[in-house]
Amino acid sequence: MTALVEVNNLSKAFGGVHAVEGVSFAVDAGQVYSVIGPNGAGKTTLFNLITGLYTPTGGDVKLNGESIAKLEPSQLAERGMCRTFQQMQICMNMSAIENVMLGRHLTLKSNLLTTLFRLPALTRGEKAAQAKSAELMEFVGCGEYVNAEASAMPYGALKRLEIARALAAEPKIILLDEPAAGLNAVETTALEALIRKIAEQGITVMLVEHDMKLVMNISDRLLVLNYGRVLAEGTPEQIRANPDVIAAYLGG
Amino acid sequence: MVAKLSEFRLKGLVFLAIVVFALPLFISNPFHYSLATQIALIAGAVVGLNLLVGFAGQISLGHAGFFGLGAYFSAIMTSHYGWSAIPALIVGAFGVGIIAWVVGRPILRLKGHYLSMATLAVGFIIAIILNNEREMTGGPDGMPVPAFDVFGWELSPFGQYSLFGMDISGDLAWYLFAGVVLLVAVWLAQNLIDSPIGRALRSVHGSEVAASVVGVNTTKYKSLVFVISAVYASVMGALYAHFQGFITPAVAGFEFSILLITMVVLGGMGSTIGVIIGAVVLELLPQVLADFQEFEMVLFGLILMLTMIFMPKGLLPTVANFLAKRRSKSAGGDA
Repeated sequence: MTALVEVNNLSKAFGGVHAVEGVSFAVDAGQVYSVIGPNGAGKTTLFNLITGLYTPTGGDVKLNGESIAKLEPSQLAERGMCRTFQQMQICMNMSAIENVMLGRHLTLKSNLLTTLFRLPALTRGEKAAQAKSAELMEFVGCGEYVNAEASAMPYGALKRLEIARALAAEPKIILLDEPAAGLNAVETTALEALIRKIAEQGITVMLVEHDMKLVMNISDRLLVLNYGRVLAEGTPEQIRANPDVIAAYLGG
Repeated sequence: MVAKLSEFRLKGLVFLAIVVFALPLFISNPFHYSLATQIALIAGAVVGLNLLVGFAGQISLGHAGFFGLGAYFSAIMTSHYGWSAIPALIVGAFGVGIIAWVVGRPILRLKGHYLSMATLAVGFIIAIILNNEREMTGGPDGMPVPAFDVFGWELSPFGQYSLFGMDISGDLAWYLFAGVVLLVAVWLAQNLIDSPIGRALRSVHGSEVAASVVGVNTTKYKSLVFVISAVYASVMGALYAHFQGFITPAVAGFEFSILLITMVVLGGMGSTIGVIIGAVVLELLPQVLADFQEFEMVLFGLILMLTMIFMPKGLLPTVANFLAKRRSKSAGGDA
């Protein structure tokens, strides 16, 4: 069986800065796969390369065996890859549930005719999308904001809302960029449970995260980056015992 | 009942319909009808422009160009080639849609000031062509436009008609026609906004990256809304030409483009009824301030700037917000 995501010798240079250099790894379907490393190690750049926001300067990314390095983010969403952002990307001009319904975009087939004349097919689709979105908001744990405007929601709830939006697209793989950043201990515990629930549904999870306890608890495998290069790759036990990682990152 | 209506999706449309049909009870002067008709047609174009500017967050400083193209296409086809007005309007709208699509593809990749400049240039080019194609357009002197005809039946502001046994004058008939067109324009726009397509458009404004990672092809949607707003302008331009009976290249001019954008900003970007109020205010203002005609552009510029500074959300949303706040205060502040 081939891996779900296969990264081969991937590189990205911004002028003379090699943010990611020669990175290779593979993520199997159903895994929780985390990318860790010190600040500036190239984790977010790696995510941006995988999700089509950046075009690599070298190497390749494959999703289900298909090369995706040159595809647009929207084309990746069509192939079942969705993500969240370290700097949350929420549409503040919309209500909370509309943000999640936006995630249903690909499943809602609409054309201009049904839209302009608001034919019954459209209303049916909207109702179903609304029900599904409300359910997902409940699932991620921000159900109490189902009637709220996005701009009126607190930070922690917005982070969950962003996950709900990604899940609404029914992805095969979801990439979470620092989901625990800015959360308190209680919220982080809840997040851990949520990631487990997502993984239980058979969705592959990739994670960039600084919270080591969280990462070590939930990851099947880890990739450690340092200065844009792979420092180590393996199970949490292997990473914990790796002397290079301890020296560079865990600090002894 | 009132509470139910305030939650109704099309409450703005209901309100607008009441205003449109009640207005003839208060005016009877042909000049007033003419002004109201003109406002309704321009407001229709502004509703379309608002889809682009207010909802999708893209700017167009050349929208009068599309209005002018629609106006001149219909004028030329009906006067030089003997077409009937309705096919001319439809074919014109279709053609303008294609032009907008072709032009929009490359320029909508630009952002901010660059997009403003590009759309500005599109408007200028259209105005220059209309000015210079003298044989077709009459050049800067303008050209006469035949009356609007529907299946051999002419709608002229100077005619006399009977509707359901009532005698109505041509200006009233035109006003009612323009009013219904505006209502339809608002209904279609509102349907578009309250749909997956509308959500995708608003998400392009809210966060383009967020939209793209859940599968919204942002380039496609920007082009789509650019085309739709150009078609709105084209249709309204064609009707405007037939109503006025005479047009000059000023209908495609820079000043008119700025006026349209000012109406959107003043009324309230993203508020369909708001932008219509913007159109009403800015069309009535020159009537009140007829003595300051030379300073019209300065005044519009000032209004645009002051609106951006003091009520960036625009007239209607700001007032609605203020009223909502006052209501919650008088309810004991616990709302």
